[in-house]
Parts: sequence; C-alpha cells; structure tokens
Amino acid sequence: MPRKELEFDYTVETLSIVDEEGNVDKALEPKLSDKELLDMFRWMLYSRRVDERQLNLQRQGRIGTFPQSTGHEAIGLGSVFAIEKSDWFVPAYRELVCFLYRGWPLERLLLYWAGFEEGAVPPEGVNDLPICVPVASQLLHASGIGMANNIKGENKVVLTYFGDGSSSEGDFHEGINFAAVFNAPVIFVCENNQFAISEPLHKQTRTKTIAQKAVGYGVPGVRVDGNDVLAVYVATKEAIERARKGEGPTLLDCLTYRYTPHTTADDPKKYRSDEEAQKWAKREPLIRFAKYLEKKGLLNDEKRQKMETEIDEEIKEAVKKMETLAKSKELMEPLAMFDFLYADVPVHLEVQKHELAESLGRADEVSAKSNPQRSIAGTAKRGG
Amino acid sequence: MAEMNMAKSINLALFEAMEKDSRVVVLGQDVGVDEGVFRITEGLHAKFGDKRVFDTPLAESGIVGTSIGMAINGLLPVAEIQFAGFDYYAYQQLESHAARFRNRTRGRVTVPMVMRAPSGAGIRALEHHSESREAIYCHTPGLKVVMPSGPRNARALMHAAINDPDPVIYYEPKALYRLFKEEVPDEIEVMPIGKAQVVRPGSDITIISYGATMRPCLEAAELLMEEDGVKAEVIDLLSLMPLDTETFVNSVAKTGRAVVVHEGPRACGVAAEVVSRINENVFLYLEAPVIRLTGYDVPVPYFSKEKFYIPDTDKVVEACRKTLRF
Repeated sequence: MPRKELEFDYTVETLSIVDEEGNVDKALEPKLSDKELLDMFRWMLYSRRVDERQLNLQRQGRIGTFPQSTGHEAIGLGSVFAIEKSDWFVPAYRELVCFLYRGWPLERLLLYWAGFEEGAVPPEGVNDLPICVPVASQLLHASGIGMANNIKGENKVVLTYFGDGSSSEGDFHEGINFAAVFNAPVIFVCENNQFAISEPLHKQTRTKTIAQKAVGYGVPGVRVDGNDVLAVYVATKEAIERARKGEGPTLLDCLTYRYTPHTTADDPKKYRSDEEAQKWAKREPLIRFAKYLEKKGLLNDEKRQKMETEIDEEIKEAVKKMETLAKSKELMEPLAMFDFLYADVPVHLEVQKHELAESLGRADEVSAKSNPQRSIAGTAKRGG
Repeated sequence: MAEMNMAKSINLALFEAMEKDSRVVVLGQDVGVDEGVFRITEGLHAKFGDKRVFDTPLAESGIVGTSIGMAINGLLPVAEIQFAGFDYYAYQQLESHAARFRNRTRGRVTVPMVMRAPSGAGIRALEHHSESREAIYCHTPGLKVVMPSGPRNARALMHAAINDPDPVIYYEPKALYRLFKEEVPDEIEVMPIGKAQVVRPGSDITIISYGATMRPCLEAAELLMEEDGVKAEVIDLLSLMPLDTETFVNSVAKTGRAVVVHEGPRACGVAAEVVSRINENVFLYLEAPVIRLTGYDVPVPYFSKEKFYIPDTDKVVEACRKTLRF
C-alpha cells in the first residue's frame, strides 16, 4: 500500500464567552434571566466563602485535610447548572460548588472532611454519588449509570468530573470508551487545572489539550475557558442536548489553574513560581463574572456585600451544626463501623464487634450469642 | 429432575434469573453472539437480546466499573471476566468501590452485582489461565466470595449471588465445567451464602475444602474408609466470605483432626483463615496439628507440570494419614 493520508472529520472546538474584563461575546451569550445569573454568582460566591472558611477550620484542627476548590467555581457551577435534579452527578473531589448547588447540606460536607462517613451520604431527591478519591475510577460508574439509563429507557444524563492528572489513568480511557461504544449520555468534565499535585500537564500528556483525546473515542471534545462560567454552561448545555437526543457522550476540557495547593497538606512553592500564579490570578472566575454582572447593571459592591453577609451567616450556622453532630453519641459510635458493610451483618463481623465492645468495657451491649467462641477451659477434650 | 454438567447448570441459573427479573443483565467480552468462550452464556443473547446480554470492550476494569454504575442505577449486572487471571485489572474497582459504597454511604448507595470468572488449573491452559486467587477477594472487606463444586450447588449459588444485595465474586472451577453430570431439580434452588455443607459425615477426621478440590477430597474419604477403616467427615465450604465457622468448628470438635485443602497458594490463603478459626475456637479439642494441603506458593506451573501443583486424591490421603498418625 502506498503512503496515503486518511482524512477524519474531527475538529476540536474552543469556547470562551466572557473575557477577563467582563466583556461578553453577544452572539454566544446564553439566554439566562437576571435572576438566574445572580443565582449563579451567589452559588459561586457561597462556594468560595466555604472554601476559605474550611481552610480556617482545617488550620484550627476542626476538620482534616481537604482539597481546596477556589478557582474551580466556574467549571463546577457552569456545568451543574445545566442539568436537572433527576439527572446524575458523579463527582471527583474538587466540586464543592456542585455539591452545594445539588442540595448537599453544608454541615454534611463538612462532616466528610471532619472524618465521618455520614458526610458521604447523598441527600434524598437527587441522583448523586459521594466524593471519589481514587482518580478517574468514578468515570466508569458514570458510564455504567448512563448505560443503565439507555437500557431502562430513561432520558437522564450523567455529569461526571475529573482532573487533568486523571487523564493518564486507564479508567479514563475505559470510561470514555465504554460510554462512546454504548452511546451513553455522559458528559465528562475535565477540570484541567494544569497540575496533578506537583506535576504540570506536560508530565501527564504530550497532547496540547485534553479535548483532543476525544478524537480517539469518536466523540465530540471541546476546549472550554474554565474560568468563564457562561462558556462552561453553554458547552455543557450543548453536550446535554446531544446526549438527550441519543448522540452519546462529550468530553469537555475546561481549562483553569489550580489557584491553591493541591490539598491543605501540600506546599506548591516547591514546584511552581509566583509569577505563574499571578498571571492566572487576573483570569480568576469570580472576578470575571462579577465584572460581567456589573457591566449588565446586575451587581454592585453593596449587593455583593449583602450576599456575603448572608452567606457567612449560613456558613456559621452550618459549622455549628457540624460540630454538634460531630460530638453526638450517634456519630461518635465506634461500634457502628461493623453495621453498614453488608446488608446483613455476617457472623465474623458480629464477633469482631463484640471484641471491640469488650475492649471498650461495653461487652454487655453486644449480644453474646453473636460470639460463637467456645469456652475453651470448660469443654476441652484434653488438657482442660 | 434433569441431569446436566456444571457449565449447563450455571447457564440455566442465568437464564432463570433473567427470565424472572428484567433487571438482570449479562455483560463481558464475548458473552453475546459468541455465547462465552466456555459457552456459559449460551442462548442468552438469542433469548434476551442486545439490551440485556451484551459484548463489552475488552477491558476488565471497564466491565466491573460500569457494572458498579449499572447496579447503582437499579440493574442487577452479572459481569463475566473471561478468565480469573485477568480480573486484577478490575481490582481497584472492586476494592475501592463495589466493596465500599454501602458502607461509606451508610446504606444509601448499594452495589448488587456479581462478578463471575472461570478459575483454577487442570485444563492444560495457557499461562495466566489457571490461577486460583479467591483469597484476594476474601481479604477485601465488603465483598462476598463463593465457589461451587458441582452442577447442583453451582446453580443454587448463582441464584443466591444474583439475589444478594451486595457484590459477590462467583469463581467457577473451570476444570469441573464438563467433568461430570448431576441431577438438578426442576424448581429453582437458592443456597444461602455463608453456609457450608457436610457432604459426607464421619467421626475420625475432618476434610475441609471447596471448589475443584472437593472431588479428590471425596475420593480420598472413600479410600480411607476402604483401606484404613477411617471415617472422614468432608465439608464443602461453598462460601469463602463469609465463612461458615460454625460448621467446620463443630466438626473438628467432634473429630479432633483436620486437613484443609485448596488449589490456591498457601500463604494467607483460605486454609490459613480456616486453621486460625479452628485454633481460636476449638484448640483444646485438637489431637493433631491441622494440615494445610494447598497449591504451593509459586505461580501455577505451565501445563506440562501443573498436575504436580494441584492437590490430588493421593496427596489428600497422605495428609489425612499423617494427621491420623500424629
């Protein structure tokens, strides 16, 4: 066979709607009401304030290590704002704003970082999964959920999140490939913040974008300005429309910067420069969206101040609730660790529960019949 | 009653479960039109169609990971991994997710799925096609692990696995697929997971095993009776997690001697757990140390020498005699 060039009908689109100065591209501006736009801003601001408050709580030792999400509000909210309550939300771990928007009580989210499984329990009324720590592994759950939607004939879409580092994992490939092959209605949102802890994007991939990886799966890939909440919203909305029409998955590569350390346990000074951070600081999503809203006459300092005061009050209440719950007998019950692993507690776990109860001086609280150990001294055949 | 082999009885169980409950779906590499490389999914695609019996991309993590998603979204997936030697790709999904969702969401999100895979040696297969690694999954809190030893219990265990509200690893000793036939009743039997069976009563020694090594254990018991007049009690564990401690502990309390037999490697294997539980519960009833007769702690040799690795009837007889002589 001679050398030939095969032609493919693939392109990778980029999308940006509001620039750093808050100027909007009128042709691309989504039709959102003033109320919706202000709501979006409020959710983003709420998430930002929570992130800042969490940092204080962590420094004071009132919660444990957590991954900060400052700067990720546009990606999270722009995408989650485009789905319905009955759709599915399959998160990674930097989507604080999505959890808040989906109705997870803040005290519950705080409980997770304070070391309680109860913080991972999704609220009633939404199809949400909890935080997923092993990166990219959740993408397969999203694809499976989407495949089940097709099998059951339900027109619900699945929104799932991952970082640029996750794109190196096998489950990233398998997740998108399964969704593509089975035409599953899944929107894969890459929060491309250009860092996997210390490793910059070029140490994860040789490609210029994450979006172009979509080409390999035969699905649309869009490079989105991840600091522009309207661009993320429009790209997600379009992906959802395709998915609901039965056109399968989309990969959204939303570019931002990790404005914070990876987690509260990380020190980025070791691996990146202040100059770089400063360059990105002016592209930051809240500043930009605020400028846009100000230009539209929807937001001013006074309004923002009022929002912040209200939000801070809500956060204060939630922290109080979390700390009350964290001290409650029910949540502090160590014996509960055995109760939720299986639908029915198997005998060996009853035995171990009894063992822990005994070591706590509470053996009488756990039924002795659950412990099949024989009384060795009393019944031994020999040596007894 | 119909007589059938184990390949057929597992197939029958899948067919019955799919007919009974439209939430049951079967997926994996080659399970559709090709009906599985061991023909375990024979007739399913023809009967239930693409939506319920489907070929997947060749990716074990993908097969198990999407099964988890489907289970969360209301289906009851039965995922086939073509050979157990390839399910390590899926281990992350099993350990981090299938086994944990219920616990970490305090029961809100659950994963009722089955991962089934042909396991074990003895069919002169290629490298990586003969492993017995069930212990890995027993060591993974949140999973259940079962292994049938014949046509009748294979069908009953498959029904139990599909009905179970938690993820079940169902390992099929592939050497038994077409080795022998057994009467299987017309009505559906469901065997509770977590119960062992005394398959041959006896009073002198307890032989504890499961899966493919049940046959040599039963043959050994017969030989011991004929040649030595020894009455061996034989226990089929069937469920490896949870493990039915009571059944084997009661037996050992009676016999005072035990041999634990399996094909998988010895170190940290199922037998190690069984022996520990014997020690914890009935140590002073023992007349002799409990022997573990298992695969050696080496990879299964290529098939020219695999028979030296697998515990066979002679080895079981020898281990029992050693225990009885102590």
